[in-house]
Amino acid sequence: MSEALITALLVGAIAASVPLMLAGLGELISERAGVLNVGLEGMMLMGAYGGFVVALATGSTWMGFVGGAVAGGLVSLVMVVLCVRWGLDQIVVGIGILLGAEGLTSLLHAAQFANTYPRLGKAAAPSIPWFSDIPVVGRVVFGEPYMVYVTLIAVFVAGWVLRKTPWGLAIRATGESPEAVDAAGVNVVLVRSLATLSAGVLAGLGGAYLSLVSSGNFIPLMTGGRGFMALVLAMLARGRPIWLALGALLFGFATALTTALQIFGIDIRPEIVNSLPFVVVLVVLTLFGRDDYLPSSLALPYVRGER
Amino acid sequence: MDAEAIRSERDSGTPLIELIGITKRCPGVLANDDITLTVERGEVHCLLGENGAGKSTLISILSGMTVPDAGMIRIGGTETSMDSPRHALDLGIGTVYQHATLVPTLTVLENLILGNTTGVRLNEAEGLRRLDELASILGADVDPNAVAGNLALDEQQVIEIIKALWKGKAALILDEPTSMLTPAGVGELANMLQRLKGTGLGIVFITHMLHEAIEMGDRVTVLRQGRVVGTIAPAELRSTDPERLRERIVEIMFGEEANELSDVAELHVEASGSTSPDEPDSGGSSDGQGQPAGEPILKLERVSLEPSQSSHGLHEVDLTIAEGEILGVAGVGGNGQKELAEVLAGQRPIDSGSISLRHNGAFIQIGRLGVHSRHEMGLRYLSDDRRGEAVVGTMSVAINLVLKRIGKPPFWKRQIIQHAEVWQHAEAVIKEFDIRTPGPDTNIGKLSGGNIQKAILARETASDPRIVVYNKPTHGLDIRTSLAVRERIRQMAADGVSAVVISNHLEELLDLCGRIAVVSKGRIVGIVENGPNAERRIGDLMVGAFAL
Repeated sequence: MSEALITALLVGAIAASVPLMLAGLGELISERAGVLNVGLEGMMLMGAYGGFVVALATGSTWMGFVGGAVAGGLVSLVMVVLCVRWGLDQIVVGIGILLGAEGLTSLLHAAQFANTYPRLGKAAAPSIPWFSDIPVVGRVVFGEPYMVYVTLIAVFVAGWVLRKTPWGLAIRATGESPEAVDAAGVNVVLVRSLATLSAGVLAGLGGAYLSLVSSGNFIPLMTGGRGFMALVLAMLARGRPIWLALGALLFGFATALTTALQIFGIDIRPEIVNSLPFVVVLVVLTLFGRDDYLPSSLALPYVRGER
Repeated sequence: MDAEAIRSERDSGTPLIELIGITKRCPGVLANDDITLTVERGEVHCLLGENGAGKSTLISILSGMTVPDAGMIRIGGTETSMDSPRHALDLGIGTVYQHATLVPTLTVLENLILGNTTGVRLNEAEGLRRLDELASILGADVDPNAVAGNLALDEQQVIEIIKALWKGKAALILDEPTSMLTPAGVGELANMLQRLKGTGLGIVFITHMLHEAIEMGDRVTVLRQGRVVGTIAPAELRSTDPERLRERIVEIMFGEEANELSDVAELHVEASGSTSPDEPDSGGSSDGQGQPAGEPILKLERVSLEPSQSSHGLHEVDLTIAEGEILGVAGVGGNGQKELAEVLAGQRPIDSGSISLRHNGAFIQIGRLGVHSRHEMGLRYLSDDRRGEAVVGTMSVAINLVLKRIGKPPFWKRQIIQHAEVWQHAEAVIKEFDIRTPGPDTNIGKLSGGNIQKAILARETASDPRIVVYNKPTHGLDIRTSLAVRERIRQMAADGVSAVVISNHLEELLDLCGRIAVVSKGRIVGIVENGPNAERRIGDLMVGAFAL
């Protein structure tokens, strides 16, 4: 295998996995708090659009990410109010958010950029003397867009927060038995609201990565099911961010493999090649889905004193 | 005023907690009606009352879960609103709820430090220190790293108490803490309460058991239909003998109905503990043989279930139950009782062995039959998980009563539901079993546990039962409902319907059963013929099994 192929594969794997890692991390946090966020895809899409618009206006990728995070967070507020505060059905509201976000972003995009199709510049990546010149590693490890490093740090920080801090403990307990958390004097609504909000922010960042880094422009429905993929990965990770990151990398690798296979002209029908990542997820699901563990109170609204 | 200050003001003369004129209206009922009571420091205040008397509502008001519609709460002499559990905890009132509030997937220590959200990192060292301190006050041995869900119920209860004491520096409220405990566990709890009283803590203790109230309480308040109907002050409680006290409490609890109730033997058995019940006539004389007297109806031979993480499984269980026999199953909770019940009911497939039921004169292997076929053949099961598994809480009482006969006439004709028939059936059953419900169309989940149990009892014993498996049939029920359930079991046995009664209350088994099988770690370690020494022998088997 040539050096170029290996580099392309690894770079592609990382690039494809980052949006899944970000969104999946958000989903994982909200699931541990007992909120099933079916609207993740919608939050990603809003993040992709918000990030694109802000980056275009300011000319800054970082501002674009801020815009994506804000957009995703705003959408998750709908979830906070309807599901966490008022106790409505999380799945119904989630689907509503997804459909609403799809419609809204497509409409806004058509109204604003119907004939112009603007593009963003390439996202910046570090260039470290000597290190960046190492073959393969130089590009794969030291030459990624900055957001890749931020994402990896976020994975470890989230793992630490969940395991070692009072808020992490409260989040873990809330997903299992909100009554116990309430009785212990912790505000269940607050814990779930913050967890849902962080899911929105992280999904927004993941979406923004797609438009700012991966493609450099916004295309309607560009998330293409990644939100749902992230949701599945979060469930398979059994609440452990590190497993989520590994799952996202596996999916990313399968995606990169399809691209590589196409580029290097291997003679398999593209339909089959394109379905590879999804087949991988299906196989992983059947292999490991049996012993996945979900919080006991997932998707159940909590209203004090109700039986 | 902070919790320490509230507690330390012992000599000021103001009571620890004062409830004045507390009224709470719940849909359709006045749950608390002008309740006034005080809790003093260093005193155990017992609350007694039937199911639905308003005890639980009063507890949720004291713990901040419910805000009363009217009335005043004073803590240490200061009026307070108590509008959240957090507020109650900050005032130093800790509560042990009736339902388990430990998070099963977290460790003991994590459960205990859950409420503490100050600081960036979890303060485990501080938590361990406080745990040691409280465990030594209670005289308990606690492993901080054990996962809560893996602990036995007795151990979980100790953790619940430690958790309540964590912030509850002034008062401890216990809502039916003994209902899931073994007799040894109850004794231990009594010792712990004695020690806690000594530290100046005020304790509110709710129970269904009169003898517990008499033994552990310094002051007794009786609730009935949301009102305080009587109080027994410490002086009287200390000076009167237990027999007399019990009569007095029963009188307060049931008013003019007390006479008919006080004739019933169980009340005395519960209080004295050692009274031997009458020798049952079906028991036979072959003491120690463990053979049933009548014609066998159900046989279990070498029935086994593989053990798993959460269960001991079953190990080569042999049992024969005779027609009209009431067989008891005793043992420390979680030693295979639930597995045995579910294996009998057909909810769990067995891994080896055979179960056979006499049907139309011949024994039929039913080991592979499902719940429905077994139900049809007259084998019925009353689950201990009433709300979860036995009823559909969001459906009406009427529908729940025919839940196991879906599609069958007269309630369904040509697959179409006959609402009139279902309704009439429900009305008749509600009357016969005295189910307290606003109507047949009320969602069954809104009823109290006792009334749900009556409905399940009605459903499972309808249309030709031949053998009924009861898992904790009177758990959490008040005295009157418990008696009604037991009476029903006894009556049916007289008509030839066999029963398997699984219970945590030895007293109940001694009252009902001819033979009592003792289970431990998924095995039957002995079958005891009911008689003068039965209680001690069962106790030995349970404890002996402990040491294995």
